Order: sequence, then structure tokens, then C-alpha cells
Amino acid sequence: MEALGQISTLHYLVLAAALFVLGVIGVLTRRNVVIILMSIELILNAVNLNLLAFSRLYGLHGQVFSIFVITDAAAEAAVGLGIIIAFFRNKETVNVDEVDLMKW
Amino acid sequence: MLHLTLFLVFGLVCVAGAVNLLAQRHPINSALSLVVVMGALAGEYLLLGAEFLGAVQVIVYAGAIMVLFVFVIMLLNAGEEARFGGSRVAILLGVPGLLTGGLMITWVLLKYSGTGAVPLGALPGPPKEIARLLFHEFLLPFEVTSVLVLIAIMGSVVLAAKPDQIQQSKEER
Repeated sequence: MEALGQISTLHYLVLAAALFVLGVIGVLTRRNVVIILMSIELILNAVNLNLLAFSRLYGLHGQVFSIFVITDAAAEAAVGLGIIIAFFRNKETVNVDEVDLMKW
Repeated sequence: MLHLTLFLVFGLVCVAGAVNLLAQRHPINSALSLVVVMGALAGEYLLLGAEFLGAVQVIVYAGAIMVLFVFVIMLLNAGEEARFGGSRVAILLGVPGLLTGGLMITWVLLKYSGTGAVPLGALPGPPKEIARLLFHEFLLPFEVTSVLVLIAIMGSVVLAAKPDQIQQSKEER
């Protein structure tokens, strides 16, 4: 362990793990599909924080990767919200437990 | 010492925002607390020396993506989510699973992170170097990503269009 007062990579890893776990809890426990999408954004942010923390040690590739992650998050949000709007138009609900059209 | 204080403040705001995101019942409150998380994370990125990524985080995430979320929440006008008691099996299996996962993460972090502290003055992250990497080494992934974004745009337009409009445009052809 390093001397107190200096931020090591471990600090960032712990923060990213906390954000990741909170995102997973959101995905698993919430029923509103918009909030589930937001929890996925939280998970992607935790990944970004990890990439940046390691890019401080191993060069700039992590930052370039996190740019790709942000681009993917934007694309995912656009498509996901499009799906939500299309579904809301048909079923008038955004709760995942009422989305049972393909349930066997 | 200042850096550690800033890290702790931003980190606490971050985690508090994430907890608030899960605790709130109305989606608009969750979206606004997610904006707080994004802003605090941009601060962490600045502490890491990634100025460019911090700016991108504020502009793209807190600006564009969250505006999209808030817009859709307003559009759907969905009310508060009804609470429901979790199933007993989920609590019996979920809480030990969560504890085990947390212990494993802690153990791995403590055992394998032999990463020393990095002096905060000498940090990478100038946009020039990132652009050089992005447009030389990662040129092919960059182009593939542009195709992905194009597909996402077309997909969301098709998904969000009214069904009769799609039918109409097919008949016109």
C-alpha cells in the first residue's frame, strides 16, 4: 500500500467496482426499462474508469478504447430508446415484467 | 493531499448519485442523478489527467445521451414505479452471492494490484496524441465504429417511426 495522500490505481479500481456493482443491482432489481438502460450506462462508465486508470500506467490506448466505449454507449442509448418508444406505442407500458410477448 | 481530497469528494458524489439512481422511484429523478454521476466522473477523469476524455464525458454523456433519456422519459410520461417485495429465493441466494462477489473483488484487488502511485504532474492525455492513435493505429476500428453509428441511426429512425408511415412509404415506392 502506498503512503496516504497519494492516489493509486487501486483507489480507482475500488470506485469503478462500486459503480459496476450498483449498475448490476439496478439492472437486476428495477422494473422500469428506462432505469435499466440508465444502469447499463452506469456499468459502461465503470468500465471507462477502469480503462482510464490503467491507461495512466500503460499508455494512451486505454483512452482511445474509452472513446470507442462512449460511442457504443451513444449508439446503444439511441437504439434502446427507439425500442422503448416502439414498445410503449404498442403496449402502453415500460415495465419489463409486463413485456411477456415472447414468453414461452 | 489535495488530490486525495478531490478524489474522495468526487468519488463520494459519484457513489451517492448512483445509490440515489437506484433509490428513486420516478425515472426523471434517476436520470438527473445519473447526470450528477457523469459530472463527478468527469472530475475523476480530470484527476487522472485525461482532460480530453473529461470534456468528452461532459459533452457526450451528460449533454447528449442524458438529454435523450430525459426527452424519452418526458415523452412516455410514465408514472412512478410500483414497489414490490422481492422473492424469498432472491434474498436467500442474492445476498450471499453479493457478499461472495464483493469479497472476491476485494481479494483480487488487494492481491494483484501491485500498481504503484503515479505522480500526478506527469500524466498523459493530450488530444494530439489521442488523435494520432485514433487516426493511425486504430483507423480501422474507427471506421467500423462510424458504420455502427450509421446503422444505429437508421435503426432508431425505423424503430421510432409510426408503423403506418413505413407502410405508406413502401406503397409510394
